[in-house]
Amino acid sequence: MMLRPRAFALEPLWARPFSIYALTPKTISFFIQVAGRGTAVLAGLEPGAPLTVWGPLGNAFAVEPEVRTLILAGGVGIAPFAAYAKSHPEPSRLSLVFGCRPPVAAYPYKEIAGIAAAEHFRERGPGDIETFIALLGERIRAFRDGLILACGPQPFLLTVKRLAREHGARLQISLENRMACGVGACLGCVTKAKVAGDSPEQAFANVQVCTKGPVFWADQIHLEGEEPWT
Amino acid sequence: MDLSVSFAGLTLKNPLLTASGTFGYGLEFVDYGDLRELGGIVVKGTSLTPRQGNPMPRVAETPAGMLNAIGLQNPGVETFLTDYLPRLPWRETAVIVNIYACDAAEFGELAGILAVEEGVAALEVNISCPNVKAGGIAFGQDPLMAAQVTEAVKKRAGNKPVIVKLSPNVTDIAALARACEVAGADALSLINTVSGMAVDVRRRKPRLANVIGGLSGPAIKPVALRCLHQARGAVKIPLIGMGGIASAEDVLEFILVGAHAVQIGTANFLRPDMSFRIARELPGACACFCVDSWESFRGSLIVEKG
Repeated sequence: MMLRPRAFALEPLWARPFSIYALTPKTISFFIQVAGRGTAVLAGLEPGAPLTVWGPLGNAFAVEPEVRTLILAGGVGIAPFAAYAKSHPEPSRLSLVFGCRPPVAAYPYKEIAGIAAAEHFRERGPGDIETFIALLGERIRAFRDGLILACGPQPFLLTVKRLAREHGARLQISLENRMACGVGACLGCVTKAKVAGDSPEQAFANVQVCTKGPVFWADQIHLEGEEPWT
Repeated sequence: MDLSVSFAGLTLKNPLLTASGTFGYGLEFVDYGDLRELGGIVVKGTSLTPRQGNPMPRVAETPAGMLNAIGLQNPGVETFLTDYLPRLPWRETAVIVNIYACDAAEFGELAGILAVEEGVAALEVNISCPNVKAGGIAFGQDPLMAAQVTEAVKKRAGNKPVIVKLSPNVTDIAALARACEVAGADALSLINTVSGMAVDVRRRKPRLANVIGGLSGPAIKPVALRCLHQARGAVKIPLIGMGGIASAEDVLEFILVGAHAVQIGTANFLRPDMSFRIARELPGACACFCVDSWESFRGSLIVEKG
């Protein structure tokens, strides 16, 4: 969904994209981490403050009720998974591994842990990242015949993608590219994605994350900071 | 009042067009409004062959504006004609194709392809994209080159009106406007984005992969009005104004300074129904500012001499 408070006036200019955290017939909720001016204004809104809202944009994570599904979330990347877990027809087949730096209580971890098998890991100091990556590797290996879903910061996604490839696991990731229009027009949020093409130069295209994503099969896209395709 | 406007062989139901690159092919916006409410759509810059555009990041938010360096990503003219144009309501809303090429001959070839398409109302010639350059200089910065491109397009465009889009990144925009008029342009549109840059001190990096990009949005409206004013004084052909328009009152400002029509650009990113809203608000704004007809209002800016 795109959110633009009337309080933005002409600055910040763009709406901000968020995943849907919770939905009822009368309300829609977002889990927002203050990361800059736009999110700071959003976090400071009073009840009843007017907003321009459009969406939902693009696609969503795959739901495969018969398949063991591993959710990998880093930090605020946990936001889309609360509703995913609650609406999943077979939550007994879901597992969550969650990593964060602030206390885990700052995140909607417990509400997923109440439905699905869940474990969390908090980074507190040097060496913790290596331990977390080892844990991710073990869990990804255990789910190599299942489905893996990931959302989180770019280094986290790069690591998860590498590990999934090593273990031959099916992985979907949700991207958080900077967006302006949210309707697929500005071409500001694109990611390199594989397309059917005759020559190597035509084998990829820049596709809009806002309308063609934000969820992609990991082996179909090229992440920023990743080695080029061979 | 009658909101329609006719100029340069075009008849529009109102003077509102969407600016190239900010409205895709129009189809991206059909969930948010009826394209037939608009005077016209200027589609994404189109080249002879597909272009992938520049590396990411391509956009950056700036005070009351944004920078972009998309680099004219587009699927090429053939895909436009087969996949997009047939789905647009071109009988009711003018579809203007913004064209980009690397040299005058290629511009002519593109014009020749589009000249025979019934659904194309006019061509807008992009000689001013700051993100793509051939031979180290943009065509739009040299009156001679601008004239050569204008002539090449005009020669092959058949009966399609040729609109040349000017850059503000020049010392003397009046000279560019005159060069294009003499070369046969039917109208001019101005301005394209203002060359700019943004940096991230923490990461010590430019905010765009291309380093330099084009500034747009409300931040550039004063530059746009100034360029329009100077071009208005230099040429007789109709002008299409743009740069930071985000309300019906902004539209009237550009018409007051002498524009026949305007383009809404970056404001489409503030909310996807922006152009449709402005179309609905325009009659009220005309009444509010006592505008009776475009003919009497256009260029009626009172400049005290002394």
